[in-house]
Amino acid sequence: MTDAFIYDAARTPRGKGRADGSLHEVTSLALSARLLNAVKQRNNLEGHAVEDLIWGNVTQVKEQGGCLARSVVLASDLDESIPGLSINRFCASGMEAVNLAANQIRGGAGSGYLAGGVEMMGRVGMGSDGAAIAVDPGLAMKSYFVPQGISADIIATEYGFTREDADALAAESQRRASRAWEEGRFDRSIVPVLDQNGLTILDRDEYMRPGTKAEDLARLKPSFKDMGETMPGFDRVAMLKYPHLDHIEHIHHAGNSSGIVDGAAAVLIGNEDFGKAWGLKPRARIRATAKVGTDPTIMLTGPVPVTEKILRDSGLSIGDIDLFEVNEAFSAVVLRFMQAFQISPDRVNVNGGAIAMGHPLGATGAIIIGTLLDELERQDKTLGLATLCIASGMGAATIIERV
Amino acid sequence: MTDFTMEKGADGVAIVTWDVPGKSMNVLSMDGAAELDALIDEALADEAVKGIVITSGKQDFAAGMDLNVIAGMKEQGGAQGVFDGVMKLHHLLRKIERAGMDPKSLKGGKPIAAALPGTALGIGLELPLATHRIFAADNARAKIGLPEIMVGIFPGGGGTTRLARRLGAMAAAPFLLEGKLCDPGKARAAGLIDEVVDDPVAAAKDWVLRASDADLVKPWDQKGYKMPGGEPFHPAGFMTFVGASAMVHGRTMGVYPAARALLSAVYEGAMVPFDQALRIEARWFTNVLMNPSSGAMIRSLFINKEALEKGANRPDQPDQKVAKVGILGAGMMGAGIAHVSAMAGIEVVLIDAKQDAADRGKSYSEGLLDKAISRKKATEEKKSEVLARINATTDYAALDGCDLIVEAVFEDPQIKAEVTKKAEAVIGKDAIFATNTSTLPISDLAKASARPEQFIGIHFFSPVDKMMLVEIIKGRATGPRAVAKALDFVRQIRKTPIVVNDARFFYANRCIIPYINEGIRMVAEGVNPVLVENAAKMMGMPLGPLQLVDETSIDLGVKIAKATRAAMGDAYPDAAVDEVLFRMADEGRLGRKSNAGFYAYDDTGKRQGLWDGLAARYPRADEQPGLTDVQHRLMFAQTLEAVRALEDGVLEDIREGDVGAILGWGFAPWTGGPFGWLDMLGAARAVEICEDLAERHGARFACPALLRDMAAKDQTFYGRFGQQKQAA
Repeated sequence: MTDAFIYDAARTPRGKGRADGSLHEVTSLALSARLLNAVKQRNNLEGHAVEDLIWGNVTQVKEQGGCLARSVVLASDLDESIPGLSINRFCASGMEAVNLAANQIRGGAGSGYLAGGVEMMGRVGMGSDGAAIAVDPGLAMKSYFVPQGISADIIATEYGFTREDADALAAESQRRASRAWEEGRFDRSIVPVLDQNGLTILDRDEYMRPGTKAEDLARLKPSFKDMGETMPGFDRVAMLKYPHLDHIEHIHHAGNSSGIVDGAAAVLIGNEDFGKAWGLKPRARIRATAKVGTDPTIMLTGPVPVTEKILRDSGLSIGDIDLFEVNEAFSAVVLRFMQAFQISPDRVNVNGGAIAMGHPLGATGAIIIGTLLDELERQDKTLGLATLCIASGMGAATIIERV
Repeated sequence: MTDFTMEKGADGVAIVTWDVPGKSMNVLSMDGAAELDALIDEALADEAVKGIVITSGKQDFAAGMDLNVIAGMKEQGGAQGVFDGVMKLHHLLRKIERAGMDPKSLKGGKPIAAALPGTALGIGLELPLATHRIFAADNARAKIGLPEIMVGIFPGGGGTTRLARRLGAMAAAPFLLEGKLCDPGKARAAGLIDEVVDDPVAAAKDWVLRASDADLVKPWDQKGYKMPGGEPFHPAGFMTFVGASAMVHGRTMGVYPAARALLSAVYEGAMVPFDQALRIEARWFTNVLMNPSSGAMIRSLFINKEALEKGANRPDQPDQKVAKVGILGAGMMGAGIAHVSAMAGIEVVLIDAKQDAADRGKSYSEGLLDKAISRKKATEEKKSEVLARINATTDYAALDGCDLIVEAVFEDPQIKAEVTKKAEAVIGKDAIFATNTSTLPISDLAKASARPEQFIGIHFFSPVDKMMLVEIIKGRATGPRAVAKALDFVRQIRKTPIVVNDARFFYANRCIIPYINEGIRMVAEGVNPVLVENAAKMMGMPLGPLQLVDETSIDLGVKIAKATRAAMGDAYPDAAVDEVLFRMADEGRLGRKSNAGFYAYDDTGKRQGLWDGLAARYPRADEQPGLTDVQHRLMFAQTLEAVRALEDGVLEDIREGDVGAILGWGFAPWTGGPFGWLDMLGAARAVEICEDLAERHGARFACPALLRDMAAKDQTFYGRFGQQKQAA
């Protein structure tokens, strides 16, 4: 089988996903195209260099609808001969784009790909594309649908994580993210967002709150308590699924859950010949990819079984992995991952995560692959595993190996 | 026989009158629908007719669809038969709604109005909803609404689709999902009907003569119609629909297919044009009718409940209506019985040993009436009228002239014997003596009576004014007139009777006690009590076994256990249960009344979670049973006892077993009762489960021979016993 290598990984800084966020003035299309142009330029690629653009995006309506990937190709400096594929696996869309590209290459379908994703959460609201699972009574009841925040609280209840555990993890994410920025650990990946005149719009993750202490977070009100306990009473639905639970502990809030932000990320993937053709040095091999479907109600436990699967498939053990990126969708997701595999927090999300910097849904999967690679290089380690929990009960993972 | 007649007036208004012969209330049959269809065709075709008013020849408009017809549709034609039948109804109602107008210009239709003199339920509201304007009489007694969900179906005559489009999903929800009924004033305020007037026929006539083309076009037939509150993928509508699913799921514990199907019909229907929405509604309605649960619910909660109330098992005896009842003992039960009797217009003598106790019994009634007045359910006149019927006294001589005695003194054979003798010394020789007991054998109590054939058991459930079931127990010597008397009394006080034979705990308690005990037994085994309680509720039981024993009180459980143990000796099987029960009682954890039991309660008596002390005492077993296993234990504990009651001859009619279980202790209504549930499972599968449970959990789950025999012969309870009863 042909090896698939990562030649470059880049991302935009993440803007607050609100009307006053710095990227709010930028379209999804422009953000994507400018990032890809930067990747093309810094790798000295020609417009026809890659086989396809696989672009992850969750809320595929309005400016993100209509096969955004094709529009991005046409808006960018890439040739029109490159087609463009928009994909949606919710929060793992960016990772799935990378994995799909890698597996195309491994299977011999093309030598180079651009993959990644974008989400402008402040411009195209999360959930504004509708969702049968939430709203179709037949499926909502069959799948015991509850919103993700309730799912995260179920994880906390089921696996015994307290509000203090969750807040401590969140404060640590802030500390690590802020240290990483201070020490320039993201320098290689970050592509500042420029306007059409070359003027800088944003060059730094703006969602972060450096200096946040667990005590500050302790003051925040749980976000999902009302909808769980009162209207419309999702806890009762959860208890139908998990009848051994007496109640749900509502521990998550805005400060220990991922932030709503705008952002994009891209990964340049190719086989060995691709690197030779364009004079590029491979940074890492994509060693393995995996995805699973899991219980849709507790929903966010996917990282555990998908990690078990990817390890099984690749013949590796958890101890072989040097560093982990586990998307900080909610504190409990990461806590559960560390608990299940008995991993030291030192090896997980070394430079903070989505709680501190935000989670632009369609881009995050590609972002954390880049972050993982940067940190493996910084620490001079070999194997890294990135994984995300996914809405409706799925999980995705990628193992990369430095070369 | 014609259900609908039409009279064409000189003013151009055709009055269609619904008046089903031989019935006090109109119900719609398929024949009736065909008659109406023909009349509408005739009126629309007749150029002399300018408009149509549909009204009733009775005090009320209609009680709904004839549920027997619905049951018949399913038996005759299966899914296709139901669907075709429902679509036929849709075509008729749609014809009324379009009223001959040109489908493009929406002009040229004939105005059709509904004039409701009184109650309009089910199809009795769905038909008016299809007309162009609904006028109701200003009649506070009238009830208007769509109660179908209460018997396990949903409004399938277009009511679901029309109401959701008329009010929006959120506003329609209480009427569709909870079967909320209201008087005409509230119905108008809610938007169910259009006008409340003194003379609805006159107002309707006046309106149809004045109505313009535009008045006839329903919002959903107009261009640009938007569902109030938003359709499912409108931002506001989205939240409504997400919430509705969760709410329905949580409240119904996922066991009522009708609620789920109704929501699906509203959701799917909201995204398509009206005629397609009706077809969607018909598909889901068919789906619900084909689900065994709806048939079982209609059978028990409607057809058989009514049959029992009308005296299906009444011996052939002259009218035994009660004129004056004597109640011995003015405690909680006696006071409750006095109240419901006085409410039914019966003269009451309420006797207790002390005058203040008797007075307290009477003031119980006063309290209930005051509460009813504050809720506008009664008036001061009504209160004084009812209270005037209750004579609270200590004087047994006041019993003179009573034709029925209900003895409700303390559960002590000695005391009961004494008051029996005292009362019999006063009352006429024809009077019937009934004892209200939940545990003492009637035949033993009858020994104190000089006329045991006139002695009978009547077991009321607490609180008497709320609980609908009355269990009538025949002692060995009880004669048919006593049974008829008890049944006529129950009918007067508007409750539902079952008649059973005398054996320990009769029928209801015989089944409830093993249910409670099975729950307690699991606690002793280290099963997570949360799982026990939720498993029960997820089977549709209103209360988990531990909450139930907290409500009925743990010391009562201890008392019953001690008595049973004394009676059974070495054969007593529930020592493991008693260990827990006695320990709780010893510590003063007596249930809700002591603010401590299997649950914890706060200072105001509000139930908190399960008591955390349980886990320390009965450590959680490492291996926890699966949900189904717990549910099988809890359900079979009850249902096998019902089967044994039938085998033993305590139950003579499975209809009583099913109706009694639902009304008596809330047995999972969606199943139609224990026999209904076993029929859904199938005898063969039930035997399999019994054998498995008996092997793992003990002989109390041993399969009754009857069930085994039915499995061998591939029979159902209603197949084997239902028809027998009908033939008899």
